[in-house]
Amino acid sequence: MNAVIKLQDIHKIYHTGEVDVHAVRGVSLEIFPGEFVALMGASGSGKSTMMNTLGCLDRPTRGSYLLDGIDVSQLDRDQLADIRNQKIGFVFQGFNLLSRTSALENVELPMLYTRQRLAGASQRERALKALKTVGLSDRADHTPNQLSGGQQQRVAIARGLANEPSLLLADEPTGNLDSRTSVEIMGVFQKLNDQGITIVMVTHELDIAQYTKRMVVMRDGKVVSDTPVVSRLNAEGELRRLQEQQKEAQLTS
Amino acid sequence: MAIVKVAFRALHRNKLRTVLTMLGIIIGVGAVITMVALGRGAKAQVQARIAALGQNVILIFSGSINRGGVFTGFGGAGTRTVEDALAFEKEVPGVAAVSPEVRTGGQIMAGNNNWSTSVQGEGVDYLSIRQWDLAEGAMFTEADVRSAAKVCILGKTTADKLFPDEDPLGKVIRIKNVPVTVLGVLKAKGVSMMGSDQDDLVITPYTTGMKRLAGVTTLRAINVQAESADRINDVQNGIADLLRQRHRIQPGRDDDFIMRNQQELAETQNAAAETMTALLAGIAGVSLLVGGIGIMNIMLVSVTERTREIGIRMAVGARGHDILLQFLIEAVTLSCIGGILGIGLGVGGAHLLTTIKNWATLVSPDSIFVAFVSSAAVGIFFGFYPARKASQLDPIEALRYE
Repeated sequence: MNAVIKLQDIHKIYHTGEVDVHAVRGVSLEIFPGEFVALMGASGSGKSTMMNTLGCLDRPTRGSYLLDGIDVSQLDRDQLADIRNQKIGFVFQGFNLLSRTSALENVELPMLYTRQRLAGASQRERALKALKTVGLSDRADHTPNQLSGGQQQRVAIARGLANEPSLLLADEPTGNLDSRTSVEIMGVFQKLNDQGITIVMVTHELDIAQYTKRMVVMRDGKVVSDTPVVSRLNAEGELRRLQEQQKEAQLTS
Repeated sequence: MAIVKVAFRALHRNKLRTVLTMLGIIIGVGAVITMVALGRGAKAQVQARIAALGQNVILIFSGSINRGGVFTGFGGAGTRTVEDALAFEKEVPGVAAVSPEVRTGGQIMAGNNNWSTSVQGEGVDYLSIRQWDLAEGAMFTEADVRSAAKVCILGKTTADKLFPDEDPLGKVIRIKNVPVTVLGVLKAKGVSMMGSDQDDLVITPYTTGMKRLAGVTTLRAINVQAESADRINDVQNGIADLLRQRHRIQPGRDDDFIMRNQQELAETQNAAAETMTALLAGIAGVSLLVGGIGIMNIMLVSVTERTREIGIRMAVGARGHDILLQFLIEAVTLSCIGGILGIGLGVGGAHLLTTIKNWATLVSPDSIFVAFVSSAAVGIFFGFYPARKASQLDPIEALRYE
């Protein structure tokens, strides 16, 4: 099986003023279809830089990056934009939805920038399907400010799925959510992963990483550990447990 | 189409700001349209007056001569004769038509009505020289001129005063007690450049004027029409030579005649009107430019405000080109809608000036077209820099922007 992501000796050096910041120092990594990877590390560990590189928002200074078999480390701005459009779905910590724009239109956004545009109707159909996948079919006409944080993040996930990418990249997707909603969102990711979607998620929370299948830990620009998740949490089970706890709390009070 | 929709929505979101920005363009375009209309109107008026003068007309008057050290004043020479006039037609090349002119004035009676006006004696070609048409009836003939016939044609004002309720054709009026038959009525010509009513007159054959009405032997003036505008100078020189020769004026002595070419005056006025149009349009153009700067300003603000949006769009695959187009279309939409509203304002303003101030205005389709195209051009020109700035943002930076 071909790797979705194949990094070979990736370096990233930022030239900021007089000092060069060596943010990533030789990372090699392979991620295969169907994997669910948590990219972990403290701040300054280089995980954000890795995220930007993986997301084709930035190019590595050195090393090669094959995404879905395409060497993206040498592409120009426009080509990278097309790769992001076709191959990658983004989910951000701050949701990053267009305000005053309906959920449906937010999900349609990536399709606006596809070179071979779909007809308006099939575009809509696809967006609705993506919203259904994240369980928000009934909120298609709501604007972000009419949705809760969890719902907004679901819309963002649906947007990430819109162009049927090879990879879903999530950057601290639960960072702005309370613990219960975080579990819900992890449930959505687990469900998507069960359907075969490859997910890479940056997080610094260990309990969130427990929902994934593989943990890659970075420190000082290098990968220091790469291990499968042993006691994997199941979001559905956790939710049920949380509900029972809540009931108990209500009974005892 | 989707991109235009996006632009409209963005403009819709900040209604007040959109309207205020547009106002700059609306006023700019409106000012251009109104000012050009005003200038064009003035020019059209001047041109109408030139046409009213007749084309390529030279007027020859008696000059002032020095009689024993005393100047006689304008017309004092009293030296224009019918023979002079007839000689021009025969001997000066480039002359198309000649009409000798005498003038008198006085009370004119028609039944119970009377009117005091000027009575002009003219040749048969006078109306064609002045490019003046008859509303009804016919001009007197060469035979009438030869026989000093008691016939006349009336100016519109005179006809209205003397015959308020009936058709003047064939009626007899009395000029200084001489009964004269009305052959025709002229079309209205309006007010002259000097402000006098050109329609307030009676025209008779010049022979009639000389012999029966004024009792003079010399002419007041001679109207000469040159064949074309570029022959006016030749004709003027030819006439001057001929007159000096006929009046036996020694070289070095003053002419005893004055030549007026009213076209020169009219052309100066025409040029002045054109300068005024250019000046007004220039001032209005400056306000359009200011409107454009307003667009640029607001687009720069908009780009900064929407940095995050730009980042999101770039993250999901928008190329720099897509972002550039989005903001450019927004700017152009802004300026074009402003342009259309401005055209409305300009046309309305011109109309208002005409109705309220009674100023002549002329809104031409080409000025509307030019105003619209320049408003679109202003949008492109002033929208380009902010749009390019947006398109060159770094997606990572833009996404992080708070």
